[in-house]
Amino acid sequence: MEFKTSIETFDLNLFYGDFQALKNISMKIPDKNITAIIGPSGCGKSTLLRCFNRMNDLVEGTRLEGRLVIYNDKRLGNVLANDIDLIALRKKVGMVFQRPNVFNLSIYENLRFGLCIHQMLSKKDEILAEIQNSLEHVGLWNDLKDKLGKNARSLTLEQQQRLCIARVLILKPEIILLDEPCSALDPMATLKIEELLRILRKEYSLVIVTHNMQQAARVSDYTGFLYIGELVEFGETTQVFTNPKEKLTENRSILLWQENASENT
Amino acid sequence: MARERFRKHINKLEDEMMDLGCTVAAAVGHAISALKNRDVDAAKKIVNDDMIINRKRWETEENCINLIALQQPVASDLREIVAIMNIITDLERIGDYAEGVAKIVILLGKEPLVKPLDNIPQMAEKGLDMLNRSIKAFIERDSDMAKKICDEDDEVDKLYDKTYHELLSRMIAKPDTITNATYLIWASHNFERIADRVTNICERTIFLVTGSMQKINVSKY
Repeated sequence: MEFKTSIETFDLNLFYGDFQALKNISMKIPDKNITAIIGPSGCGKSTLLRCFNRMNDLVEGTRLEGRLVIYNDKRLGNVLANDIDLIALRKKVGMVFQRPNVFNLSIYENLRFGLCIHQMLSKKDEILAEIQNSLEHVGLWNDLKDKLGKNARSLTLEQQQRLCIARVLILKPEIILLDEPCSALDPMATLKIEELLRILRKEYSLVIVTHNMQQAARVSDYTGFLYIGELVEFGETTQVFTNPKEKLTENRSILLWQENASENT
Repeated sequence: MARERFRKHINKLEDEMMDLGCTVAAAVGHAISALKNRDVDAAKKIVNDDMIINRKRWETEENCINLIALQQPVASDLREIVAIMNIITDLERIGDYAEGVAKIVILLGKEPLVKPLDNIPQMAEKGLDMLNRSIKAFIERDSDMAKKICDEDDEVDKLYDKTYHELLSRMIAKPDTITNATYLIWASHNFERIADRVTNICERTIFLVTGSMQKINVSKY
């Protein structure tokens, strides 16, 4: 497995109080690819994802050990260090959540919001150019260019999720974390978002957490299989899904696949 | 368009299958020439090149498995991938028949033949023509054409029948020709089997278009 690394973890451990949710995770996230993290409910997928931009800090009693490095930016150093600039980190590592969490504001304001927080741009024409650019990236510009003043919550769920992705893109991140980004969407909208992710991977490193095995198989280039807080296997998606090295991946992934299939019938 | 990437993968599988089909058809053509011209060097090349056919088949089969595992195809997409997996197996076997004929050319060497080849090249050319048209029928999703090609297998069977009985008579009349005549029966049988495999390919086209699996023509051999 040869790739340029975007994020690397070294013996990452995470505790919620006395409970250890992640155990000695050492893994490399490839640059400009899609990495899926799969595993049964409660295995630590979202917890791992939230380490990459320190979102777990919001959970009381969380304790982290080990090192986590984001390459291309040496200034950040160990992301797990206490004195890290969290605002700079979360600008570099954007996140999209399960349900589209658009603000109860216009489409324009939803996109301008991040630019203001990070004091990136102030001139109106520059802001508009960035808004156009980000909406074009997510395939919404043609539909929304004349409706930028409309409340974002009036959009369809798929459009709202695209807008959330545009809201991340406008801050020019390098890494985008996606936590079950399609779980609120219907199958057709899901496929369209997956197509969008395949386009975005040319410019960004994406990490997607999904309990949907089929989605991980369809969309990702690399897959990590987590089980009870441990990274059981990491490899190219084709290999993990057709010829896993670990027996546990083989047995558990078959069960998960069947579980997913029964959910879909 | 949703699943554009998936469509590209399926198109690539079709391209790979056509490429394998062309390579196999070329091998059959070379085997016919090698037998007609008693060209041992050409026959050795056919034997060596069979591994190219085998490699292409494995690569495409692996790509089919990956696509099924990763993209969860359904309906006509699933039928197409399953059909391609079966067709490449038949194509690879046809490659083996060409190799089989080439090995017989090598065994025969420059030894005079027990009888002129007569119907053997004709039977082989017929099988080759059926093969080329069967790939075309698949690509064009032409199930009528596929059914028609299946029916043509009877012509090949008749030609084989004739060759087989002629050679058998020779062996009975002149037992010292048994080895030589047996080689020719083997070569004929290899060519006859090509047409049988072509009917399998045609049945996969019918399966792809109609969704129904059916045996169209049961070969006598």
